[in-house]
Amino acid sequence: MERTIYREIKVNRPLIQLAALLVAFLLAAASSWFYIEHHGHIVTGMNNQIVWGLPHVFAIFLIVAASGALNVASIATVFGKVPYKPLARLSGLLAVSLLAGGLAVLVLDLGRPDRLIVAMTTYNFSSIFAWNILLYNGFFVVVAAYLFVQMARGMPYQAVQMVGFVAFIWRLILTTGTGSIFGWLVARSAYDAAILAPLFIAMSFAIGLAVFILVLTLACRLTDRALGAKLLARMGRLLGIFAAVVLYFAAVQHLTNLYVAEHAGVERFILWNGGIYTWLFWFGQVLIGGLVPIALVFHPTGGAKPASTITASALVILGGFAQLYVIILGGQAYPLEIFPGFTASFSFSDGQINIYIPTWLEFFLGFGGIALALALSGFGMKILRILPTSLSDANVGQD
Amino acid sequence: MKRLLVMLFLMLATLPAAAGGLAPVIPKASGKPHPEGNLFMRINHMKLMKHDRDQTVREGDREIGHSLKACIECHAVNGADGQPVDISSDKHFCRTCHDFAAVKVDCFQCHNSRPEAKSQVLILPRPGDTNDLAAYLEGAAR
Amino acid sequence: MKPPALSFHKKPSEMSRRDFLKSGGAVATITLAQGVTLMAFGGQAGAMADPGKRWGLLIDVGKCTSDCTACVTACSTENGWQDTGHPETDAQWIRKVDLVDDATGHELSLPMMCQHCDDAPCIDVCPTTASFKRADGIVLVDKHICIGCRYCMMACPYKARSFVHEPVRGQKTYAPRGQGTVESCTLCVHRVDRGDSPACVEACGKTGNGAMMFGDLMDPESQISQALLNYPSLALRDDLGLRPGVRYQNL
Ligand code: HEC
Ligand code: HEC
Ligand code: HEC
Repeated sequence: MERTIYREIKVNRPLIQLAALLVAFLLAAASSWFYIEHHGHIVTGMNNQIVWGLPHVFAIFLIVAASGALNVASIATVFGKVPYKPLARLSGLLAVSLLAGGLAVLVLDLGRPDRLIVAMTTYNFSSIFAWNILLYNGFFVVVAAYLFVQMARGMPYQAVQMVGFVAFIWRLILTTGTGSIFGWLVARSAYDAAILAPLFIAMSFAIGLAVFILVLTLACRLTDRALGAKLLARMGRLLGIFAAVVLYFAAVQHLTNLYVAEHAGVERFILWNGGIYTWLFWFGQVLIGGLVPIALVFHPTGGAKPASTITASALVILGGFAQLYVIILGGQAYPLEIFPGFTASFSFSDGQINIYIPTWLEFFLGFGGIALALALSGFGMKILRILPTSLSDANVGQD
Repeated sequence: MKRLLVMLFLMLATLPAAAGGLAPVIPKASGKPHPEGNLFMRINHMKLMKHDRDQTVREGDREIGHSLKACIECHAVNGADGQPVDISSDKHFCRTCHDFAAVKVDCFQCHNSRPEAKSQVLILPRPGDTNDLAAYLEGAAR
Repeated sequence: MKPPALSFHKKPSEMSRRDFLKSGGAVATITLAQGVTLMAFGGQAGAMADPGKRWGLLIDVGKCTSDCTACVTACSTENGWQDTGHPETDAQWIRKVDLVDDATGHELSLPMMCQHCDDAPCIDVCPTTASFKRADGIVLVDKHICIGCRYCMMACPYKARSFVHEPVRGQKTYAPRGQGTVESCTLCVHRVDRGDSPACVEACGKTGNGAMMFGDLMDPESQISQALLNYPSLALRDDLGLRPGVRYQNL
């Protein structure tokens, strides 16, 4: 095994084209935001029943992916798996970029983004949301330190391990916090469940790794750097395991909820007659995001092919998106039960399934977050020594 | 630096017609002047209002000295139609200096920038503000 | 020339009740230039939200009729929120709900608004402390620090809060509201602070139905406390243990 050499990526034609595309998405997001700011949220699909829409799906997707993307580094430094070591820097960079993208969407979708300074200076410590703001800020600091100790010359390896350990714990807490944003909402039968925290951690493992695999592959292809098929297949199998864990937690979530009589209604809604949500659950989350990618990567003959891993990653991302859509929007679409034993015969919204139809503005805002994350990580690879010159199987160590 | 500039501007504003083109024309108000004095108000009005707004909103104290609702009443400026102008007009009291000092406040996204209908007062411009005198007089005639 | 400096000796939150009583009124002490102190006297200390009170509503569902929306109209006129033709996004500080008992088919009608919980979930989740409870139990949004995150709307079991979806113009001077912040029933604080009852209660009384009663839940002699003592009533979603200040009778 040769020594791993990290080098900045060089600008070439395809990279410039990709950058131009990202800028186009960023511009689209910026104009959508200005439009929403000017006219108010009336121009989006949200309303007083469904208050968190598509931008929140994108934002939470990116935040969950951010903490998951850091896993590759944790596997290398905390769990000492040698083959993952050369990937640790990219893992850290991608984690902060994804978080920045997610937070940007979250902030731009606030009713008063101009008061961000208020959110940063007045905290209500009984609010999970406020804790999350602290956790996000801390994540940036911890991961930046982690990147620094990895890249600084002559840093003892123990230091890397120690900071890596802190980062690993921090990301676990961070995802627990993200899950708890929903898990502590006693008012809504879809959310009131402690299981949401571990479910979110499992999702972050799967989604984060999938995003990492895609970005790594793209970066290596665009800059003509070797990426070993064995390394890729190895990550693919890990992804398969993570996807299975997500399925397991989702099953536990819905089975326990079915058992609680007062939550049976919302379960019937999600699993059986919820229209788009039921469809997204079974077809999107379970099939596309779970069973198919698992089958792909564990296929006895095709599983080792790079194409299987790459396809599986893309599917896990789509499935994760579907899952968050079902959790966030499905949970709000189901009516609140304020009057058990009664049926509301007239009112604007009580007792009815709430309708949410996202608008293009919200899509653009969300895609803008993804574009920002990609642009930031590309920029990071451009100015810092993040990406190894070769990740061929011969170059990567074995454990 | 910004502080300094603001100070400079405030000093300028105290010189009446001499500063003519340079300083903004601050419309006259009705009612009793502030016991603290004009200069004090120019510099501190934001802090006073912020303090008193918490006093009202969070503590329920309605007898505050620096109510935004009250500013709007004493400092109403009438437009050509004889009605108090709202914040979209650059004659509005709160905009005279802010436009000049490039300060933007969001208060009037929620607070009405005009007084409640009945308590309208006709405000005359300061001497030297000849450009707008005609408009005011026209408003008064109506 | 040195400009006059300003400093508040204490933030309102740090000023104890004793400070107020000592000074005999709501006082902001302001330091003008060196050594010059200006005391701005407000009204009586009694003008503050009184921690010895807890304002509440009692709604007699038996007296509320389904074709009457006087309370909703009164609230809308008082606080300046209007129907703009798209009910899903319009503000609804108060709404009428018609109910049918699944078991008996019995029909009911009642008004729903912020229930002014003692243990309000909206206050717990608000990241900036914009949602807060006044000393006298009224749950409010401090729109000056609300960032419009809408987490409180997710947390509210009664769907009592609305988000202002559009720019607003021509507000009532005593009820400011504007785009991008969350709002809900304020129990008409501006009226309560001057000793009146909320607009909905007044309007309900004028229709002759008299289904709504307003009063101090902490004063055992008040009409509302007596009614609660003598007749059964319940809180909506009592299972959540939020101890709302709004209770319903004959539901
Ligand atoms: C009782 C009526 C009254 C109220 C209420 C009032 N003002 Fe004034 N204000 C006056 C008068 C009178 C003057 C003196 C005007 C002059 O000298 O031309 C004045 C002067 C000022 C000035 C200085 C203007 C200058 O020419 O330099 C400022 C700034 C000001 N007020 C701000 C406010 C603010 C902010 C509020 C609300 C917190 C407020 N005022 C409330 C009556 C009032
Ligand atoms: C998002 C809406 C919103 C914005 C923006 C806003 N306010 Fe308010 N303000 C309110 C509400 C609601 C009240 C409470 C009114 C009540 O209870 O009578 C209030 C009350 C006040 C009060 C006490 C009542 C009065 O009229 O004096 C002051 C002072 C005040 N605001 C100052 C300001 C200032 C200064 C700004 C701009 C920097 C501002 N507000 C911006 C919503 C807003
Ligand atoms: C005499 C000129 C003048 C008048 C009249 C005036 N302002 Fe100001 N105001 C200023 C200046 C100058 C600043 C900026 C101070 C600074 O940046 O330190 C300012 C700042 C503010 C701020 C703080 C803005 C921020 O972003 O920090 C608020 C709030 C405010 N003004 C409200 C008002 C309101 C409301 C009125 C009308 C009732 C008003 N002002 C009238 C001169 C004025």
